[in-house]
Amino acid sequence: MDPLRVDVSLPLRDFDLAVELDVAAGETVALVGPSGAGKSTVLRAVAGLVRPERGRIVCGETWFDGRVDRRPEERSVGLLFQDYALFPHLSVEQNVGFGGPVDGLLERFRIAHLARARPRDLSGGERQRVALARALARRPRVLLLDEPMSALDPHTRADVRGELRALLHELALPTLLVTHDFEDAATIADRIGVLVDGKLRQLASPAELVASPSDAFVAALAGGNLLRGSARALPSGVTEVDLDLGGVCYSTDMREGPVSVLVYPWDVSLAHEQPEDSALNHVRGEVVSVVAIGNRVRVRVGPLTAEVTLASAQRLGLAAGQEVVATFKATATRLVA
Amino acid sequence: MRVLFAAALALATAITLVFLALPIAALFLRVGPGELVSSLGSPVARDAIVVSLKTNLIAEALIVVLGTPAAYLLARRRFRGRALVLTIVELPLVLPPAVGGIALFAAFGRTGLVGDELHALGLTIPFTQTAVVFAVTFVAAPFYVRPAVAAFESLDQSLLEAARTLGAGTARVFARVALPLASGGLSAAAAVAFARGLGEFGATIMFAGSLQGVTQTLPLAIYAEFARDFHLALALGALLVVISFAILLSVKLVPSWTRYALTFPFRSATST
Repeated sequence: MDPLRVDVSLPLRDFDLAVELDVAAGETVALVGPSGAGKSTVLRAVAGLVRPERGRIVCGETWFDGRVDRRPEERSVGLLFQDYALFPHLSVEQNVGFGGPVDGLLERFRIAHLARARPRDLSGGERQRVALARALARRPRVLLLDEPMSALDPHTRADVRGELRALLHELALPTLLVTHDFEDAATIADRIGVLVDGKLRQLASPAELVASPSDAFVAALAGGNLLRGSARALPSGVTEVDLDLGGVCYSTDMREGPVSVLVYPWDVSLAHEQPEDSALNHVRGEVVSVVAIGNRVRVRVGPLTAEVTLASAQRLGLAAGQEVVATFKATATRLVA
Repeated sequence: MRVLFAAALALATAITLVFLALPIAALFLRVGPGELVSSLGSPVARDAIVVSLKTNLIAEALIVVLGTPAAYLLARRRFRGRALVLTIVELPLVLPPAVGGIALFAAFGRTGLVGDELHALGLTIPFTQTAVVFAVTFVAAPFYVRPAVAAFESLDQSLLEAARTLGAGTARVFARVALPLASGGLSAAAAVAFARGLGEFGATIMFAGSLQGVTQTLPLAIYAEFARDFHLALALGALLVVISFAILLSVKLVPSWTRYALTFPFRSATST
């Protein structure tokens, strides 16, 4: 298996797309970012459906550079389209067989019983499996997944994430995944590239991205709370931030001037009264909303989102309208540009 | 106000329908089914039917075989002058057939644009059965090509791209994806073009004449018999009505022609 090397530049309507990244064999890199950032265009360029103005695309052999421009059918990519693009006039088996021998793919993707069915008779999850089987029948050197989860019901998403992760691990191909959902990216991919206005803001593992986001946008995408303010160093060695919303908070990060304070929901704890503990940051506010997600509860308190266990939320009897104190440590408080 | 408007709509619809249906009804009231069948046995009718079928089948084959790839190219490529090309294709739709007849003469007549070349090859087009095929093709082709372009244009782009990434070259994409998916729209268009060709009169009578058994098609026979045997003319007219009605109705009802719902002007009656 060869790695995929991508270096593409091309003008889009509002900005220039310029992306350079390598994907190792067996590695999955997710491109996340707002819609219209150029994520899908990167995939289409690798597949040969869009011609870059300049750059280089290599996977074992050169697919594109100044002189070479291989046609899509000569590139050996498995591209999973956002709406799966199954051929409506062909059966499931014919769809899978379009790109290569069907072999055991129908059994492997649990669609053998649907072999004669038409795409219009399938559920979203079944369509996704047919599309994956069809892409793999081609025996591709690269897998390109464009929003593979977007056509799925919310309750099948979690299962499919796990399956997809296992499949990608087993295939050991270089994989590029486009998604607007950070959680999909973080659970499926080994590295995440944040693409904004055609440029990669940051390319790092999910853990790194959460721990040290390059800027406020990346931090927000990773699910962090962001509060704007003005920072100055205190003689005691911590940084004090005057928040634009009023009040102050403290961080162990060293920065001066206008900053964004970043704190992740899982680093915020809640109590009815201000606790006597080591934490420096306390925000008193009214509970705006309480949303349970599985065994966790997301609680909105003033400008902050806190994430606590379902058990804690029940013990505290959290409900909208209540006054609570949100607490987070200075050491869990990042300052970003 | 609302009642008044509803009444106005109903009245306009009624007048339209009566105006369009009355002459057709009159045709069938004058010719009974028995008379229709018996008069179709006459030599003039038999010859006209044979000439019409032969010339129209050849013209239809030419239109479909050449028009389909042309429509695919026009639908897929964006090039300078594309609007001009499409306009040329559409022109016979609105051109008076007499203009078509005189234009065909100017091009393929003995003294026409390519007349010398044709003569050198020993070919004479005007007033032959070939001239009928030319006239029918000229007039009916846009009825196929224009909707065929629309049918190919309305294909889901990602399906064609998916086929490419799955290893299909452009010819295979056309044969295995574009053609089957557009086939409903293409069949409907071919049927309408055939109906238009069967009814061709003006260009044919000018460029091919009206020689029984050679160039006299059904519409030309109606015209010829109009003064001689009015009942035979009526019977031939009724036959054309039946054929045209069957074609237009089938365009709306044949399921595979409407499966991958496309924009097609003669098909809007299907409420899908």
